[in-house]
Amino acid sequence: MSPPTSTLSAPNKGGFAESLAGWPPPVLDPAGPYAGSVTTLSWILFFMGVAVLGVVLMALWIALFGKERLRARLGGKKVIWIGGIAFPVVVLTALLVYGLTLTRNLTAPPGPTAMTVRVTGEMWWWRVDYLGSDGQLAMRDANELHIPVGKTVVVQLESNDVIHSFWVPRLSGKLDMIPGRRNVMKIQADKPGVFGGQCAEYCGGPHALMGFVVVAHEPAEFQRWMAARQTRVQQAAAANTRGAQLFQSTGCAACHRIAGTQANGLAGPDLTHIGTRQSIGAGILPNNRGTLIGWIGNAQAIKPGNRMPPYTMLSGEDLQALADYMQAQK
Amino acid sequence: MRHDGGFLFALRALLPLVTLVAACKPPPDERQHMPQADPAAGLAAIERVGCAACHAIPGLNWPKGALGPSLEKFGDQGMIAGRLPNRPDVLAHFVRAAPELVPGTTMPAMPLNEKEARDVAAYLYTLRAK
Repeated sequence: MSPPTSTLSAPNKGGFAESLAGWPPPVLDPAGPYAGSVTTLSWILFFMGVAVLGVVLMALWIALFGKERLRARLGGKKVIWIGGIAFPVVVLTALLVYGLTLTRNLTAPPGPTAMTVRVTGEMWWWRVDYLGSDGQLAMRDANELHIPVGKTVVVQLESNDVIHSFWVPRLSGKLDMIPGRRNVMKIQADKPGVFGGQCAEYCGGPHALMGFVVVAHEPAEFQRWMAARQTRVQQAAAANTRGAQLFQSTGCAACHRIAGTQANGLAGPDLTHIGTRQSIGAGILPNNRGTLIGWIGNAQAIKPGNRMPPYTMLSGEDLQALADYMQAQK
Repeated sequence: MRHDGGFLFALRALLPLVTLVAACKPPPDERQHMPQADPAAGLAAIERVGCAACHAIPGLNWPKGALGPSLEKFGDQGMIAGRLPNRPDVLAHFVRAAPELVPGTTMPAMPLNEKEARDVAAYLYTLRAK
């Protein structure tokens, strides 16, 4: 896992595959306190399970091959009272108390100043709304979440269609996104990096290709990143290009929004900052000119069933103009 | 390739012809020799930059992009983009800077360095009918 480059417009040098959750998901490699406590508890439960299995196997061995005296004792009432009732009650109660104590950071209410983001599950991508300290929408993005290192970030989880599940294995556990309901989880990264996420609740069609990217910056760099986006002005250079015209005339703008332009569609991912994102297609492909062209021209071949139709009527020049326009959206 | 009786028979029948034709051109290994290039590293680079967003590429299960041509059996292919001879130096240049060689092509320059481009070419030359 390589840290993000200081200028995020630079290509993702760390290798794209590394930024995704990958397989198997890195559940034993926590990068923050909320994933860490879950991992610790998992190991403790695993080793307790191994210990109990060992005791049971030993009893089984005695029952089958042990000396007569031991077998008689194993069948006595005392063993049932101790091994069958007292031992589980004591051990399971202790584990429950310990587990709840260990993971209390997951449910403790966040501080009032914690940064808050609303992530809404969509078939098959993620709407990302950064909320200001007043709780109002401060900045829209999609499929990628930027956070400061070492700070707890509150993520409000919602869904607009079916049940999804938000899961960034190295930063926290899974939590469902349920239509009509708001679930809240906390994430935190303790070092800069790019962390892959994945929808963890089958949501139809290309569910397996519903990925997510979390980028953690040092706090000062995060402030710069956020400030750059909030003061964004529509690039005059890109505004009157062929790509900008095509974006309107071919219908892209019906589903996609680009702040400061007439493109106001909300059905698909917001493209205001697409030029700086690490990935396209919801965390599944690296973001470069080639993948942009491939996606715009025939997204169905890449992510079958997703709601973006293939644009096979566009010429190569059209596709390049649109890719130029996408790369200019910073 | 399934080896059944019919196939072997056909092979035996065609063998003299095949040797005759093969004698007319340099052997493929020499024609597409890519010194100091690593096909495995090439496949990793292909995955990293996402070539498969447009091309179906054997060795990658996903994606199977369909905007550009499938690269299955690319090593047997005579031309690149229908314009250029399919030779190592040309291919290594084309995969990283296609518009320089074929102006107007939809395939853009890709974020590969020269070493990676040679590795990618080396991998593409492993894609053969056998």
